[in-house]
Amino acid sequence: MTYNFMREFADSWGLLAMALLFVGCVAFALRPGSRRHADKAAQIPLKDD
Amino acid sequence: MKFGKEIVLLSLFAFAALVAAGFGVDEPFRQHMWVLFFAVAGFTAILLRNTEFKPAVPIDPAAYMDGPIRYGAIATVFWGVVGMLVGVVIALQLAYPDLNVEPWFNFGRLRPLHTSGVVFAFGGNALLCTSLYVVQRTCRARLFGGDLAWFVFWGYQLFIVMAATGYLLGITESREYAEPEWYVDLWLTIVWVAYLLLFLGTILKRKEPHIYVANWFYLSFIVTIAMLHVINNLSMPVSLLGAKSYSAFSGVQDALTQWWYGHNAVGFFLTAGFLGMMYYFVPKQANRPVYSYRLSIIHFWALIFLYIWAGPHHLHYTALPDWAQTLGMVFSIMLWMPSWGGMINGLMTLSGAWDKLRTDPIIRMMVMAVAFYGMSTFEGPMMAIKTVNSLSHYTDWTIGHVHSGALGWVGMISFGAIYYMVPKLWNRERLYSMRLVTWHFWLATLGIVVYAAVMWVSGIMQGLMWREYDEQSFLVYSFAETVAAMHPYYIMRAIGGAMYLSGALIMAWNIAMTILGYQREEDPMPRSIPALRSVRSGASKWA
Repeated sequence: MTYNFMREFADSWGLLAMALLFVGCVAFALRPGSRRHADKAAQIPLKDD
Repeated sequence: MKFGKEIVLLSLFAFAALVAAGFGVDEPFRQHMWVLFFAVAGFTAILLRNTEFKPAVPIDPAAYMDGPIRYGAIATVFWGVVGMLVGVVIALQLAYPDLNVEPWFNFGRLRPLHTSGVVFAFGGNALLCTSLYVVQRTCRARLFGGDLAWFVFWGYQLFIVMAATGYLLGITESREYAEPEWYVDLWLTIVWVAYLLLFLGTILKRKEPHIYVANWFYLSFIVTIAMLHVINNLSMPVSLLGAKSYSAFSGVQDALTQWWYGHNAVGFFLTAGFLGMMYYFVPKQANRPVYSYRLSIIHFWALIFLYIWAGPHHLHYTALPDWAQTLGMVFSIMLWMPSWGGMINGLMTLSGAWDKLRTDPIIRMMVMAVAFYGMSTFEGPMMAIKTVNSLSHYTDWTIGHVHSGALGWVGMISFGAIYYMVPKLWNRERLYSMRLVTWHFWLATLGIVVYAAVMWVSGIMQGLMWREYDEQSFLVYSFAETVAAMHPYYIMRAIGGAMYLSGALIMAWNIAMTILGYQREEDPMPRSIPALRSVRSGASKWA
């Protein structure tokens, strides 16, 4: 585990994995049919007290 | 017996502090342990005087646990006033150096007292009490772990007292926003892990199937602060009975660790946590759901993925490798997008209810907070650009930027949340006075405007004077000349800060009267209808 190995891993596979994970999170938030679920979730704080 | 176990454990704790005060190897440590002894012994005495031998009243497991939240709301207001007062004092010390009272009250010791006071004591208590308020109400579950919430609350207050008194005694790790020494750090770690258990446990026993987005922000704040705090404070004490310790890192690694911590304290303490506040209290006060729930999810993930890399922008043009500086700069600029997405989401929650801005000073406060969030998250990325940073770094511009974020965003959203929560927590119909909220709003807003504008002028002037050189390449100004040139701005800055502090004092009065159950008789806030009508009828006359 040298500095150079970690440095190169970070800006290649590490970067790719993080970027894909992020894109996946956004795609999941915007998936078809998520609007109904999101609108319901947005009502959670308004339901009581 | 009520508090039986607590009294025994605290007595032992106080005894341990007494022993450490006796055997400490350095004078500051011995003094600090005396402080700890008196704090813990005094607290134990209070518990002893309030103990009862009646059988305990069974608690209703369906009811929310609001006791620690009430204490937290009071602590937020109290520490807010203290922290801001110290801020005004050190602003005046800069303008008038004679106000430095050695050794305990000179600028070097009071400055961390101010930063920790407003960030960790005021902001921390605001986050602590609102997070426990929000998590119960959005999970529809009582807090997990019985008296764990009380341990977290009082444990955190002890941390604040130990950190604050340590600074005044001259005990410091010299790491910005992480000045407390190793033994205080260890105590905070224990309290923080308990906080994490309390929050996660409550989420796990929720009755609402979905975890509301405010809780995501709060949880990310708690988890990340735990990670940052532990890694940044890895250090070796010189003696287990002494105050001094040495960092596990050295040189530029140490600097990067510190600013990885420092910037993410901004990102996850002062941003993510308070965004959790925004995503609950703005919809509640406006009585409308958040503008776009899916945008709030994307806001969350984008902040999480980007913020953690932005720290190196604090170390431009230092020994830090160039690639790391550029990385910090690029991620800082990318952060602009999710920040503004979140700002738009907060502001647009009011769409269709903009008239509330006129009729509801609490909403006005929250909107001003979100506007300042937008402004400082634009200014920050701009200052992270290396060429801009070469002018702005080490100058008062940075101080101005921090305060537009801290006073504008963190302060205003916390005030809004406190004004919303307090009447509910004490079952009051409304606040003591809405007019006083308006006064607080204007004093705070004008105070920030004065503060930030003055710091822009003085910071840019300072940066330009430092880099000014003549045709023979000699620097034109000595450092002392730049300090003298800033004197009038220092005075104006103190005035801006004093305005903000006076707003906070008005809040303290208003909150105290609300808690005591008074209601000031006053006209209701102006309604929007009459004003609009007169304009319209006037227009129709000419049509």
